[in-house]
Amino acid sequence: MKIVVCVKTTPDTTAVIKVEGGRASWGETPLVINPWDEYAVEAALQLKEAQGGTVTAISVGGEEARIGLKHALAMGVEEAVLISDPGLAGVDPAGVARVLAAAVQKLGGVEVALFGRQAIDDDSGTTAAQVARRLGWAGLTLASVIKVDGGSLRVERAMEEGRQVVVAKLPAVVSVVKDYGSPRSPSFLGIRKASRTEIPTWRLGDLGIAAPAIGIVPEELHEAPTREVVCEIITGGSPEETAEKLAEKILGERQK
Amino acid sequence: MNIWVYIDHFKGQALGSSWEAVGAGKTLGKVTALVVGSGVEALAKSAFEYGADEVLLADEAELADYRSEVYATTLKQALAEGGCDVLLFPTTSRGLELAAMAGVDLDSGVLVDVVALELSGDRLKVTRPMYSGKVLARVTSTGKPQIATLRGRAFPKPAQQAGRTGTIKKIKAGGGGLSQVEGYTAGEGGVSLTDASVIVSGGRGMAYNPALAAPAGMDEKQAEVWRAQQGFELLKQLAGVLGGAVGASRAAVDAGYVPYAMQVGQTGKLVSPDIYLACGISGAIQHLAGMRSSKTIVAINKDADAPIFKLARYGVVGDVYQILPALIAAMKKRLQK
Repeated sequence: MKIVVCVKTTPDTTAVIKVEGGRASWGETPLVINPWDEYAVEAALQLKEAQGGTVTAISVGGEEARIGLKHALAMGVEEAVLISDPGLAGVDPAGVARVLAAAVQKLGGVEVALFGRQAIDDDSGTTAAQVARRLGWAGLTLASVIKVDGGSLRVERAMEEGRQVVVAKLPAVVSVVKDYGSPRSPSFLGIRKASRTEIPTWRLGDLGIAAPAIGIVPEELHEAPTREVVCEIITGGSPEETAEKLAEKILGERQK
Repeated sequence: MNIWVYIDHFKGQALGSSWEAVGAGKTLGKVTALVVGSGVEALAKSAFEYGADEVLLADEAELADYRSEVYATTLKQALAEGGCDVLLFPTTSRGLELAAMAGVDLDSGVLVDVVALELSGDRLKVTRPMYSGKVLARVTSTGKPQIATLRGRAFPKPAQQAGRTGTIKKIKAGGGGLSQVEGYTAGEGGVSLTDASVIVSGGRGMAYNPALAAPAGMDEKQAEVWRAQQGFELLKQLAGVLGGAVGASRAAVDAGYVPYAMQVGQTGKLVSPDIYLACGISGAIQHLAGMRSSKTIVAINKDADAPIFKLARYGVVGDVYQILPALIAAMKKRLQK
């Protein structure tokens, strides 16, 4: 089975984000594979282990996007492709989806394309559904359980009300949530292999598409206002007395 | 301006953020509600009561289960008739997915998880959080209709006006199904975190109750999880009294105390209740990112230097196991439960 996993490179979750010169900046915080995408890589590897086949990781971005791809390789993915092109400067999520759909088509014979549920920088969470729609494949987002059964895929989707069990014929696009299970850590051998693996770069011309039009226009970024709160510490002679005072404060806020 | 609003629901039960989206739509123009499902005429009636001026209703047996490709095609057909300037969805799992697919069908950018919006001429401009709310971006989109999903609890829920009605126009179900729904497994039930007005959350600190002796035969790790789960039972009781939901920090989820569905934070749910009560949560930056937009934050923690107190309006420096039972009793008394 030919499996694709799409990954992004983002600042680590511990980053303190500042806005400098109208752009988001994360200082010295290291770039990492988008944490949600680790679950997608894990799901891809488990599918391969159960079904046989190969896993290819794809990323759209500049040179920094190799960080996420190297991590996927170190986890056990066989090959990786970077899609990088000057025409992709300022590309929006819909444009990325268009590029990824073209890359999946170029690879050919792909049966499952996996995604993390969203990227922790842009927080859009639309890419998997958009790639599915572009390809005309079933889009099964927010999967916590993924099983292949013959030519079909059965997933459990984590929805507001509980889990929806859905079956679709392959090929399909799936996005993966954290319930799926912990992603494996890269092994020492995996890291060595990743450092030696050549990652080819594809240009838009290789995909046979023009630079996508930009549909989302950022106008202004600013840091979220810091909360101007002074914490009132509640004390009392006994836990009961403290709790009484606290209950009064909480219910007072609730009525505001 | 003609604003179309998708009403997200599960088996005919609307998610609260759908009505918030209707309310937000009314501030921009005339609202057409899109109701898609099977046996959902009552929802159309509710849409008028929450302020919709018109309803487009696709009510057919084959729409009984939500399937993204079929629902998206239903919307696509309706949109092809024209007349929509702005298409709004609540940011729910279904709403976000349909917005994404509509973005492809209409070749229009999707403004995701919007917390504020305004019209500038005939263009919608919005504010949306990025980096889990560490940054706010003002953005617009170029396509038409413009598409946006609205974050739950970011816009007020309109008052229901009993008996208010309007015209219902029937629309056809889309075809092209690629998937089948086999069934549902029950969720945790109760109030959903993203809709809750009160959230009671627990962290690693919920495991430290030395007074509680774990049943014999458990190893150290099992005993820790067991103790924490007894602690979360207290949080559930308190949430029950307050009509709220129970959340957890990533540390508590990773330690195996509670399922991931309860995680609040950067890689969990982003919540903004009126009251967020953090118990035994120190306040890692990833957790704060997920709940910083709560109206009032209250913290109970043993460590007076815990970062959570920097965001809290009220704090108790003390043992959650001493305060919580007393707080449950105090709340029960005051709320007469």
